[in-house]
Amino acid sequence: MTVLDIITYPDARLKQIAEEVTSFDSELSDFIKNLDETMQAGPGGVGIAATQVGVMQRIVIVDVSNYPRLKNAKHHGHLVLINPEIQDWQGMKKGREGCMSVPDFTGNVIRAENILLKALDENGLEREYEMEGFEARAVQHELDHLDGLLFLDRLVSRRNDLFKRK
Amino acid sequence: MSDTNKKWYMVTLIGKDRKSIVSHVTSALYQGGGNLGETSMMRLGGNFSIMMMVEFSGRAKELKDVLSSVTDSMDLHLHIDKIDAKLHEHIIPDVRISVYGADRTGIVSKVTAVLAEAGLNILDLESDVAGDKEKPIYVMHIEGKASKGFKALESALQIVKDEDDIDAELVEIDTMIG
Repeated sequence: MTVLDIITYPDARLKQIAEEVTSFDSELSDFIKNLDETMQAGPGGVGIAATQVGVMQRIVIVDVSNYPRLKNAKHHGHLVLINPEIQDWQGMKKGREGCMSVPDFTGNVIRAENILLKALDENGLEREYEMEGFEARAVQHELDHLDGLLFLDRLVSRRNDLFKRK
Repeated sequence: MSDTNKKWYMVTLIGKDRKSIVSHVTSALYQGGGNLGETSMMRLGGNFSIMMMVEFSGRAKELKDVLSSVTDSMDLHLHIDKIDAKLHEHIIPDVRISVYGADRTGIVSKVTAVLAEAGLNILDLESDVAGDKEKPIYVMHIEGKASKGFKALESALQIVKDEDDIDAELVEIDTMIG
């Protein structure tokens, strides 16, 4: 397995739209292994999109079980998401994000709190996931990469927040 | 772009707020060979305040000369310190503390003292006075790093809430790096 190079802004490839995956072969599974290795080696280790290593295909890996402060939140562990699509969403929440492709910067982004996600797994089987909170945030961040969007495109102010609603 | 032979200065400018202070100051710096790093600029009580990291190859006196025409014409007070500084070394905050209450002397001092004791390293603090002359309200937001855990900060904050009748809340910041 290989840790691949993460491309960083202003690399123009981060603004491109990725192509659908059509063949589920050994080349794909090898790439997924390397992409996973690259995610694990990164500073966050909770999510990565293929476009972040310069591969313009709709492939994302998310694994929030590595995040130390997730406490008792519900999540799905290690997920390979191919040609993923958000079917439905509910609620909005502001949260802090950073990105391996935008080092040394973090900012607030509003994301849906709950999402219903449809994606193919690494074998091409269709799956559906209901997600919330941090995991839903990670998935939305990575799906944005597939559409050429960075969290920088969605920043909202850090100022003037008052208390969170309970 | 950064040049390793250049030195960093912290440049502070303060003056009555008026149009185009930022553009005039930064144009003078750009034309005089200065390079901006991290900056903070804000209107405070009708004054405009600027603090900025400036990378510059000359001495502080020469940097002052670069800015002299704009400080004279816009009536700005200038202060320059040579600093030991580096870019790309941000610390990611893990806690946010919001405090508000009826304004009175000593809120910031009291709150920050107990939080410092409980291990808070402040990375960013903004505060404001709202309300009106008769009933001013103090609002403060702090972001920082909890070096002794969140429970210590929660307990410290509870003491201030009980003793000083202010509203305060601590929120852990989870940063999703994807």
